[in-house]
Amino acid sequence: MNINATLIGQIITFAIFVWFCMKFVWPHLLGAMQEREKKIADGLDAANRAERDLELAQEKAASQLRESKEKAAEIIEQANKRANQIVDEAKEAARSEGERLVAAAQAEVEQEVNRAKEVLRKQVSELAVAGAAKILGKSVDAAAHSELLNQLADEL
Amino acid sequence: MAGNSQEYISHHLTNLTYGKLPAGYVRHDADGTETELTEATWTMAHSGQEAADMGFTAVHVDSLGWSFGLGAMLMFLFWRAAKKATTAVPTGFQNFVEMIVEFIDSTVKEAFHGRNALVAPLSLTIFTWVFMMNFMDLIPVDVLPTIFGAFGVHYMKVVPSTDVNITMGMALTVFAMMIYYSIKVKGIGGFVGELTLHPFNAKNPVVQALFIPVNFFLESIALIAKPISLALRLFGNMYAGEMIFILIALMFSAGAFLGLLGGVLQWAWAVFHILVITLQAFIFMMLTIVYLSMAHEDH
Repeated sequence: MNINATLIGQIITFAIFVWFCMKFVWPHLLGAMQEREKKIADGLDAANRAERDLELAQEKAASQLRESKEKAAEIIEQANKRANQIVDEAKEAARSEGERLVAAAQAEVEQEVNRAKEVLRKQVSELAVAGAAKILGKSVDAAAHSELLNQLADEL
Repeated sequence: MAGNSQEYISHHLTNLTYGKLPAGYVRHDADGTETELTEATWTMAHSGQEAADMGFTAVHVDSLGWSFGLGAMLMFLFWRAAKKATTAVPTGFQNFVEMIVEFIDSTVKEAFHGRNALVAPLSLTIFTWVFMMNFMDLIPVDVLPTIFGAFGVHYMKVVPSTDVNITMGMALTVFAMMIYYSIKVKGIGGFVGELTLHPFNAKNPVVQALFIPVNFFLESIALIAKPISLALRLFGNMYAGEMIFILIALMFSAGAFLGLLGGVLQWAWAVFHILVITLQAFIFMMLTIVYLSMAHEDH
């Protein structure tokens, strides 16, 4: 166990290595590590924020979906109502049209009947006149007896 | 056998020493020849006795060489890792280095409360370097000396931390830093006050004056004990561990049964020693941090 100049050599070597480590090793390594730490922290922050954003977006999407569903239901209801209304209106129109047609037909029939009656009445009155003329043996002056004839026709 | 064992052990405990032998020194070589040096000579010591006679000017080439080599290798690896360090995902060796750096950094942050850019890199250097020096202990004791012996190098002590010069060199450097930062932080007055006004103080100036030398005596011992205990703790642990490896290695030449037992013991001691070398490296680093932290504390 000799104490000798090895001691001095070791002190110098030690000092050089510590200096080297302090100058070229430690700051670079620790700097890189701290920077990475910061990057990771930032990344985690960003991830958290993104997650929150996603949650918000999902909520928004869900609410919009709900809203649109409600709207769609409303629209369908309105459409149904409108369709019913249209059907009712069409039914109403058809019925009134039918009634109108029936009424017109009836009126025409009545008219036709009246006209036939008129014709018949005229013919009957003529027949009556002809019959009377035959009975009386002379022609009845239509002009002279027009009043009578009209009365007759009215009675028939 | 006994003489042989003794020779084996002392051979293993002798450093490869380069130094100056004085004029008129008589060298006793292994083959029994004696040569008297006519003038002072710089040479490799041929025996432990010669190494001791070289005095303070000698250098343990093996201790210093391994210590420097291991340190340079570490620094090169760290430097390469530091150069490649990016903020991207670290891989492989980069990851490993960052793990160590992170460990050191958190340890320093826990134990050291001042602001000093030196302490963390100092701790990294101490921990990894001492660990590597201790780690040489796990290489079977005869491997490297045999290899070097084949090249004509007769002494090779491969574990630098079993050399008290190495541990004391580091401890003294730490001690110098303690003194430097004590004076820098507290001023000369503060530092002297710390040495002389504790642990005893009194309101009465006369009594206080009497206390000063007592305090100075106690505090000086406490201060000087720090680097010495730091150096000797590491040295003692590693030296004892190395010694046990050498004793176990002796068993290999003592028959099949003892050889086998030696193998088992070597394995067991090596496993235990993994713990010891890491712990000793950690303790050396931790105490350095604590001592420097104390130097930064202003009362």
